[in-house]
Amino acid sequence: MDQDLSLLAELLVAFFLVVGGFFALVGSIGLIRLKDTLQRLHAPTKASTVGVGGALIGSMLYFLFFEDQLSFHELLITLFLFLTAPITANFIAKTYMQDKIRRKDLPESGRDYGWALYDHPPEMTEEEK
Amino acid sequence: MIVTYALIFAFACFGFGLLSTMWRMLVGPTQADRILALDTMVINFIALIVLYGISQGTALYFEASMLIAMVGFVSTVALCRFVLRGDIIE
Repeated sequence: MDQDLSLLAELLVAFFLVVGGFFALVGSIGLIRLKDTLQRLHAPTKASTVGVGGALIGSMLYFLFFEDQLSFHELLITLFLFLTAPITANFIAKTYMQDKIRRKDLPESGRDYGWALYDHPPEMTEEEK
Repeated sequence: MIVTYALIFAFACFGFGLLSTMWRMLVGPTQADRILALDTMVINFIALIVLYGISQGTALYFEASMLIAMVGFVSTVALCRFVLRGDIIE
């Protein structure tokens, strides 16, 4: 009975590790193979969410089952990566836009003000001053 | 035993990811590609450290990976701001 449980725990840990590794592989192949910079921006998100997440959950389960210690560091790292991934993606996209995309290639922003990257910031009105 | 094989597989995958980010960083062609490659390199490296912690059976490496995650985020943002504005803190 105990042997069966141990096998089940091993299978669970191995499953998360393999899923994490597979998504990392998908992300890195996408980083090599995709044609355009903005397409390539899409590929490594797989590696940074499910890839690292799988490895971290696998390690959490491993230490829970085989070392008898429950730790939440892994969840902290996953949470931190999930919080920061959109910010870095936004910054990298802005860098690319400034490098390659001109103002005339873009449609109107659809607001009172223009694009933050190309146009001047709006003037303060008298009331706001 | 199964965990050992899964660990080897995951090590190979993340190691290949590290190589692919290095290739993308060398080839480019735009600055955004290089910054993206460095960011992904940090992420793959975090996963490799965590896997090494499992293979050694010690929880010592989580602090290291947490610190590297923070430093990686800050350095990515600093690089992007430097390319965007020519200055990091205006």
